[in-house]
This record gives sequence, C-alpha cells and structure tokens, in this order.
Amino acid sequence: MSETAFAMTGGRVAYDGRPVLRGIDLTVRPGEVVALLGANGSGKSTLVRALLGLTPLSGGSTLIYGRPPARFSDWWRIGYVPQRLQVGGGVPATVREVVASGRIARQRRLRRTSPADRAAVAAALEAVRLTGRAGDPVQSLSGGQQQRVLIARALAGEPDTYVMDEPTAGVDADTQRLLADTLAELVLGGKTVVLVAHELGPLEPVVTRGVVIRDGLVAHDGRPPRPEGDCARPGHEHQHPHAAEPVAGPLTGWQGEPL
Amino acid sequence: MIVELLQEQLFQLALVAALLVGLCAPAVGTFIVQRRLSLLGDGIGHVALTGVALGFLTGTTPVLTAVIVSVAGAVAIELVRARGRTSGDVALALLFYGGIAGGVLLMAVSPGGSNAKLNSYLFGAIASVTPADIWVIAALAVAVIGVVLVFGRELFVLCQDEEMARASGLPVRFLSLLIAVTAALTVVIAMRVVGLLLVSALMVIPVATSQQLTRGFRATMASAMVFGVLASVGGLLASTVSAKVPPGAAIVLIALAGFVLALVVGRFVRRGRSDEESRVGPTMRVEEVV
Repeated sequence: MSETAFAMTGGRVAYDGRPVLRGIDLTVRPGEVVALLGANGSGKSTLVRALLGLTPLSGGSTLIYGRPPARFSDWWRIGYVPQRLQVGGGVPATVREVVASGRIARQRRLRRTSPADRAAVAAALEAVRLTGRAGDPVQSLSGGQQQRVLIARALAGEPDTYVMDEPTAGVDADTQRLLADTLAELVLGGKTVVLVAHELGPLEPVVTRGVVIRDGLVAHDGRPPRPEGDCARPGHEHQHPHAAEPVAGPLTGWQGEPL
Repeated sequence: MIVELLQEQLFQLALVAALLVGLCAPAVGTFIVQRRLSLLGDGIGHVALTGVALGFLTGTTPVLTAVIVSVAGAVAIELVRARGRTSGDVALALLFYGGIAGGVLLMAVSPGGSNAKLNSYLFGAIASVTPADIWVIAALAVAVIGVVLVFGRELFVLCQDEEMARASGLPVRFLSLLIAVTAALTVVIAMRVVGLLLVSALMVIPVATSQQLTRGFRATMASAMVFGVLASVGGLLASTVSAKVPPGAAIVLIALAGFVLALVVGRFVRRGRSDEESRVGPTMRVEEVV
C-alpha cells in the first residue's frame, strides 16, 4: 500500500460547466503539514473536497493512499474537519455524541462501543478542552467551541492524515492557539495534515509547506510564504486592490498577491 | 373496566398494534427529524393510499400492496432528494397529489371499495385490526427496530452530517435508501392505527416533545419512544370511553398535549440549567436555544 496520503495529477473540477480547478498536481507525503492558501473563490476548498472524493473530478485523477476515492476503504486513516458544523439536525446531540461519531470508520456494525472507543473520545475532548461540556448539546456552544467539537471529532478517529477546511475561520484567538498547539502535537506524532486557510496566523510555525491556489491552479508550492512589509504588521487588515492584479506570475505571496 | 377490556380479543389486538406503532414511529422519526425531513412521512402516507386502493382493486391484502407502493414511493422521494435540484420540491408535491388522487379514484372503481373503507385508511380504524394484520404489523415492527439497532450509529452520522458520512467511507446512498424504506414500513405499520393522514404525527410529535427536555440524540430517541407509546395507548383508551371518540385523532391530540406540556416544563428545566452553569464561571456561557 502506498504511504503517500494524497496524489492528484491534472485534477480538474467544474461546477455546471464553470471550471474551478484547472489542472492541479499535488502530492502530500507522510509527516507534511501542508497549508492550501489562496483568496476566496480560488478553489482551495474545492481542492480538499476533490482530494477526499467528495467532489467528483471532471478530469485528471486523484489517489488516497494509492487508491482512487471510490475504491479506497481504509477511511479510518483520514480525519476530516469540514468548514462548519452541520449539526443542523432538528434533534439535539451532545458534544460527546458528535465527537464519538468520529470513531465510525473504526467501528463495526453490531459491535458495541469498546473501551478503546471511549478512551479515544475522552482524549479528544480533553485535547480541545471540552471535557466539561461533553454532556451539553452541541447547538448550545459558541462558534469557536463548535469548531473545537469538529476538531475533536477528527481526533477521536485517530487517523493518520487530517484534512481541515478553514479550521481557523471565524474562530476566537484562544481556539486558534489551541489549534496550533494541537497541530504541533500531531506533527510530533508523525501525522500528516492538509489544511485550508485564508490566513495562517498562529498556525504558521507548524506549517511545513505552503501551496497557493489561484484561479484553480497551483501558483506557488514550497516553503510557506511569509507575510512581508505591512502585511506582517500585527493587526494589519488585508485589503489588496485586486483590479491591479497581473494575470499570472511564478512568484506570489502567501495570499496569492504578487510580491 | 380495563381488566374486562383486556379480556376482549379485539382490544388485545388493538393494544398490541398501538404499542408497536408507539415504539416504531418515534424511533424512525428521530432520524427523520434530525435530517430535517419531518414531512417525509406525510409524503409516503399520501403515496401509500394508492397502494391500499390497489389492494382492493386486485383483491389482495391492502397492507401488502401498501408496503410495495409506499416503499417504491419512498425510494422515488429519496432519489429526487439526493439529486438536490430545486425542482425536486415540486416533483415531490406532484408525487403526493398523485398518490391521494390515485388512491381515491382506484378505491372508487374497485369492487370492494367504499367511502367507509377509504376513511378507515385515511383516519385509521384500530378497532378493525385483524389477527392477520397484527402479524404483518409485528413483522414490520421487528424489521424497523432491527434497522435502528443494527444501523443506528451509521444513520446518526448520516443524518447529522452527510458529508462527514461520506468522508468516513459509509455507504451513504444505501443508508439514505434504508432510512427512506424504513420510514415507508413505519407508515404502513401506523396506517391502521392513526390513519395515513396522521401517520407522520406519531413520527414527529413525540420527537419534538422529547427534545424540549433532552440534550442528546440517544436520550431524545429513547424518551420519544416512551412518549409515543403513552400517546398511542392513551388514545386507544380514550376511544374506549366513548364510541364517538376516533382513536387516531385522540392519539394525535394526546401527543400534541404532551408536546405543549413539555414545552412549558422544558422552559423551566433549561432556565434552571443555565443558572447552574452561569455560577460555574463566566466562560461557561450557555446560549438559550429555543
């Protein structure tokens, strides 16, 4: 079995004939912490969904641990953190119930919840510091806490590779720092991480590789680009005049803007 | 009086039917409400009427044809839903109207059909339940509870977050069809007790009632099943007091009364809880969810 977590070659995705990804080559090796960066609408969220097989490719191919998504079966190796909580359900669910559902890929039908399941859920709750809220309905938590629930759900599955879609978007500073600490620990444990981000913020020291997506293509792939000049100033608001953007260039900054 | 009633075979059969419906409908209903498909039961109920009428027309057991047609209808509804087109909403509406109109027409032209028979399926006729019906209802109930026990964990993930279910490698299409088919079976079980037009009430109201008082999914399902049994048996008993009380309507009204009561009790319970938590510390803020 291949140990390469993801391998996409010439990946294309189109929504209703409109191209969103226009030929992406991306290989994620074990132990990497890859940040997919780019402006809104650049296609970075579509890319993670395509990597997982949630969005079908219209061209090219992609492999998860050496197999196409449709024939991949070791889903316990993947821990997915979607962009927002979809516990839109009309029925309340406790934090513990949602976190425990992260074990589903490891559980067999008709098999009762094992002590290993319970231990993993308890550890995941502890990691995001929600042990005290385990019995509360998820719906009663704040946005940042709900994001932590989703991260804990992925942690509970004890996967090899984490895929996180905008884990820092709209989340308070405490949660961002907590996420950075959690990621650092995962890296020490030899885990692989692919995360989508608009801005890296406190995650920056952990990220080993930055892939900038622009207009559905890889615009930069290598060391995570560091903000320079005004952009590096704390509290700087990113406002770039997009009208003056050149069509394409080999060197681009961390948000896809020209350096 | 109840002791005498219990000795009557007719009442025994009715009681068994009421118990099974009270257990099954809220169990399936919890998943359906979680998936925000509360009206699925109504839709299937409309389609099932055509199935019942087909039974009368062809001289077969209406319950059997109702199972076949409502399962087919449920599969059709799920396929339309999964395509996620905006026109799906209209397609479903068309299916529902077709179901009722087809049922009424077929019933009118079938040899054994009459308005009284039509009414007994639309609004339920628990007193006319036969031992054969009970066997069918019991078999379907075992199937429904079996699905919940075997696939419950997966169905929870599916109904809560379909994308997550996909990224966990769950057979999403199979599970979606499974929940739709299970709902169809539940509709047929409940059809003789509360009637096709009120079937959905027993799938939704007990769930709505219990979520006023519970915080988790499992707890909601368990207490919804208790409320379901209380309502269905309560309604049956109410109908024995006077022959004028239709059991189906009585069951639904008792369930609704329970909901209103839970709404009031839930307010107090929640208020008590937030007081308790606000004393723990300022960071433990609990938003009031209504």
